[in-house]
Amino acid sequence: MHRSCGERTMELRGRIISRGIAEGEALKTSQSISFYGGVDPDTSEIIEKGHELEGERVRAKILVFPNGKGSTVGSYTLYRLKKNGMAPIGIINKECETVVAVGAIISEIPCVDKIDISKIRTGDIVHINNSHVIIK
Amino acid sequence: MFLTKEEKHLLKGEKGLAVKKSMEILVALGNIYGANRLIEIGSVQVAGVSYHNLGDAGLEFLKELARDGKVKVLTTLNPAGMDLKDWKKLGIDEDFARKQNLVIEAFEKMGIIISCTCAPYLIGNLPTYGEHIAWSESSAVTFANSVIGARTNREGGPSALAAAFVGKTPCYGLHLDENRAPNTRVDVTAELVKISDWGALGYCIGKKVENGIPYIMGIETATLDELKSFCASVVTYGSKPMFHMMGITPESEKYKPPKATITIENTDLERAYKSINDDFSDVDLICVGCPHCSIKEISEIAKLLKNRKISPNTEFWVACSRLVKQMADKRSYTDIIEKAGGKFACDTCMAVAPLKGRFRSVVTTSAKGCYYSRHNNMMTKMGSLEECIEAAVKGQWS
Repeated sequence: MHRSCGERTMELRGRIISRGIAEGEALKTSQSISFYGGVDPDTSEIIEKGHELEGERVRAKILVFPNGKGSTVGSYTLYRLKKNGMAPIGIINKECETVVAVGAIISEIPCVDKIDISKIRTGDIVHINNSHVIIK
Repeated sequence: MFLTKEEKHLLKGEKGLAVKKSMEILVALGNIYGANRLIEIGSVQVAGVSYHNLGDAGLEFLKELARDGKVKVLTTLNPAGMDLKDWKKLGIDEDFARKQNLVIEAFEKMGIIISCTCAPYLIGNLPTYGEHIAWSESSAVTFANSVIGARTNREGGPSALAAAFVGKTPCYGLHLDENRAPNTRVDVTAELVKISDWGALGYCIGKKVENGIPYIMGIETATLDELKSFCASVVTYGSKPMFHMMGITPESEKYKPPKATITIENTDLERAYKSINDDFSDVDLICVGCPHCSIKEISEIAKLLKNRKISPNTEFWVACSRLVKQMADKRSYTDIIEKAGGKFACDTCMAVAPLKGRFRSVVTTSAKGCYYSRHNNMMTKMGSLEECIEAAVKGQWS
């Protein structure tokens, strides 16, 4: 799916979870993500069986998903991804929870929530500036 | 969320990087869950200690925090991935031990008590009724909220550390009266005879109330060890880290039983055993102490093992804190258990030690222990302490 050429840039406003600026290609899912056990910290591949992003890599993407789930150890998984150079460059959530919030803050990954993620599609170029999200 | 002038300074980094990061975490969590302010806490329990779960990145994170992070309140530690003294005896390799020791060093530098136990209430981190605390370790969180009536959310390792560095936690969730009310009444008609029945009961209730707070009726008495086991199980299998037990837990008197009712009968417990107990007879490992053994449990183990021998085909582990073992040393329980061929696994446990690939099957008194052993690809059985000792002596479950 492509947006028609006439369509304008869209700007959305959310709530800052982890401060920062990032721009890149969106990787989007409408399913929750469990980082502990669900994402390989060495390759950044989503390994949760049956997940709609199974086999995709989160590295260098703006990762867009409704919310995190699963063990609180998942915060350390995000940190491991970051240290391995495998982390997403930004995170956009519908409703952020503890695992992703803590993971994003300790890994210094810009993270914003309270965003209507139905407006974002995989492949969109997305710009995060603290609480602002611009879809180009 | 409202911040005082002093808290704003902390957030700006005026008291160093560890405190700044900690404030960022606490403020983010406060905003997400609608806290209106930070509240002072009496103590912290930190999970995320085993190198097995942390990896090199986790170790690096802790080292970074330890540079200028110092805890402000009594802070105790969850089990590590090995016995910090006798790790060789438990078959831990040297590389793992070196890394685990670096993790412990970082915690020590932060001013944390290296208690390495999941039952901190047995060794001096015992909050009082109504006290606000910030604990991780789901079984201890459930015990503190329910059995003691202290108040804590289920923190993760980093958010517990953040609370320890600031001495405060955001006021939301189980810190507030309105979120501690029960929503399902549970009538227990099942007979609770042996310690593992409490694990089976936790399994049944946890699965049925799914993220709710049960109000449990029909239980007349419960010992510390029985409640400890129940806490571990009910939260592992699905409840919030909080329950009320009529006539037993202190806040049960504040509430009327909710209308929505479920019943737990003998047949429910039987089904729980069926789903937890795999089909095998040769036992590779018997482990007692999930949550960590009390001194009373160790005395019972010693009584059952006196003048007997553990089968050479199996291993028998008693998991407990080092402090509780020191009491066992003085009462000759340690001698009796070690003479029989048993091993003490101090500072560690079956849920966080690197056991994957080492044992095919485990027998334990603990429903939570079975849950985590399956993550380690082991077949599991749960039984009474007597059944565990029999399995250890015979090397077989019969």
